[in-house]
Amino acid sequence: MNVLEIRDLHVSAGGKQILKGLTLTIKQGEVHALMGPNGSGKSTLSYVIAGHPGYEVTKGDVLFDGKSILAMPPDERAKLGLFLAFQNPVEIPGVNLGTFLFTLFKNKYPKGSAATYQKELHALLKQLNLGSAFIERPLNAGLSGGEKKRAEVLQLLLTRPALAVLDETDSGLDIDSLKIVSDAVNSMRSPLFSALIITHYNRILEFLKPDFVHVLLDGKIAMTGNANLPQELEKKGYRWLKEAA
Amino acid sequence: MTPTQVAINDGYAEKYGFHDAETSVFKTPKGLSEDIVRQISAEKNEPRWMLDIRLQAFRAFLEKPLPGWGGDLSGIDFENITYYIKPTGKTEHSWDDVPEQIKQTFEKLGVPEAERKFLGGVGAQYESETVYHKLREDLAKQGVVFLDTDTALKERADLVKKYFASVVPLNDNKFAALNTALWSGGSFIYIPPGVKVDVPLQAYFRINAKNVGQFERTLIIVDKDASVTYIEGCTAPVYSTDSLHAAVVELIALPGSKVRYVTIQNWSSNVYNLVTKRAVAYENAVVEWIDGNMGSKLTMKYPAVILKGENARADILSIAYAGKGQHQDAGGKVTHLAKNTQSRIISKSVSKNGGRTSYRGLIKVAKGCTGIRSTVRCDALLLDEHSRSDTYPTIESDEKLVNIGHEATVGKIGDDQLFYLMSRGMKESEAMAMIVLGFISEFTKELPMEYAVELNKLIQLEMEGSVG
Repeated sequence: MNVLEIRDLHVSAGGKQILKGLTLTIKQGEVHALMGPNGSGKSTLSYVIAGHPGYEVTKGDVLFDGKSILAMPPDERAKLGLFLAFQNPVEIPGVNLGTFLFTLFKNKYPKGSAATYQKELHALLKQLNLGSAFIERPLNAGLSGGEKKRAEVLQLLLTRPALAVLDETDSGLDIDSLKIVSDAVNSMRSPLFSALIITHYNRILEFLKPDFVHVLLDGKIAMTGNANLPQELEKKGYRWLKEAA
Repeated sequence: MTPTQVAINDGYAEKYGFHDAETSVFKTPKGLSEDIVRQISAEKNEPRWMLDIRLQAFRAFLEKPLPGWGGDLSGIDFENITYYIKPTGKTEHSWDDVPEQIKQTFEKLGVPEAERKFLGGVGAQYESETVYHKLREDLAKQGVVFLDTDTALKERADLVKKYFASVVPLNDNKFAALNTALWSGGSFIYIPPGVKVDVPLQAYFRINAKNVGQFERTLIIVDKDASVTYIEGCTAPVYSTDSLHAAVVELIALPGSKVRYVTIQNWSSNVYNLVTKRAVAYENAVVEWIDGNMGSKLTMKYPAVILKGENARADILSIAYAGKGQHQDAGGKVTHLAKNTQSRIISKSVSKNGGRTSYRGLIKVAKGCTGIRSTVRCDALLLDEHSRSDTYPTIESDEKLVNIGHEATVGKIGDDQLFYLMSRGMKESEAMAMIVLGFISEFTKELPMEYAVELNKLIQLEMEGSVG
């Protein structure tokens, strides 16, 4: 079954065309990776999937479980089971991370008890090698780059979406953190979980072993391969693909 | 009520905006005159000296012009206001003795419940008079005095005579003069030396009738090394015509004492709220004004502290929220009259739907006062492009060796913040409420838990009305 289907997607922002006919299908249980040079439109794609109001879809469609989601506000998409781990999670001063997480938990599991939440949360904190004081911090405000990324993964694990888009979650992580985050994402792998991993680096893909790797060039998928593609790219660079195109 | 007024605050109307049938045992005719002042004083059987103060204040009121700054006061029709309404015959000390209808009102507002749960004493004022007053017995035994100010005038005339109008002179400003001429009700607190009251004392002020003026007068004296927290809350029904609330609060913090005064003002958006609050702090005393302005049509209020003794400290923490048709002109004033005194003013404002907030502040340092430290920070959050926020800070220092810092920020609620929270499954209104609550959390965390919860609910209600 197709969880996410992106058909001939054209997107512009601020009068500039960014995506120019992107087509991509993710089936249930699959993990896909998306690579590509800076400015090729990777983050734009993640924002459009999640429903950021700043982008205009001029052509094409995005389907989740077979239904177009383009007219839906971001919260409805989230309720369908879509999750975006942000590249740069925005700071929301004064909002306690714990309170925020509890709100997410209650939205996802309206009948979930506070005791279940506490148990689940502490297991996840342990899994991510975070102390229990972590949830007393404000939501993203004052967190280091690595802490922000782990806070994103914490939300991912807590809400267990059907499809996760990870936008450069590996950028800025040290090797140990990268391992922890990768293990966490791997722990979610199941026939009912799909993911789109946006990254610049092969290292996270070595941990996650994606089923498919796509290269985005100038707003379109220029090549699709298997888990060996990133190594080839690391050797030859994107120029090789551009020249081949 | 016009349709626009209904839209101002849907949640408010349901929760606080109800009103009872008007009943009273005595009220003055509409309009303002010296005769009204005399009637009020006579009704209260007051000593002659108080009537003299009232009459002097009334003349000062007539002489003083309306302030030409702040908010628009031209809508106040002084002739269409009832200045004194006595709802019942006397102040009761058991809720069972309070007339059923009034008791129901305070039940709905949660006052008796809060009293049972966590308060050390409660006063409940309805229109012009206090209908209920009670202090926990153990506090009374320690010599704590908590009365309505009218009763205090009879029972503690010594203290009232000594301190009344000593911090806010009767001719201080037009509305303080009006209050002094017409005052009725309010809280009187005296904490004896060394007594630390660890549960809050609370007063709740309710306006019920239309076109009414409420002029409570609060006087708090905290003796040497004593401490107390006092909380006041206020609400009124939603009417299409305006009411006037002009209170005066005087607070005397004697050496080494600590007093925290918490206000959650949630008047309906047809109330002019023009309040003078001022404290004097002697050596090593600490005065904290925690001031939350949620409601009213126009609020002009600048809690002030006069730091009279060395090492005294003032802390003024306020939030203002202005929705459609509302103007919150608020801030703080500190006068440093002694060496090594410290002050801090933090002001947070949120404007929405064309609402307007202004911060107006004054830091004054007298000559010779060295070792002063003062910081002022005001942060404004605008929820849309129709709303407005202004800052009017003033610093007057006659002393060169001072350390005064001032910071101001104005921010808009970011699309990226909203998007982030909505991408986690929150509705737009929920996301907005979360951002606003985060913004004012510095304030909320200073409130007793029950009030923090209530304030959070209020903000959530407000945000629900704003998205559609």
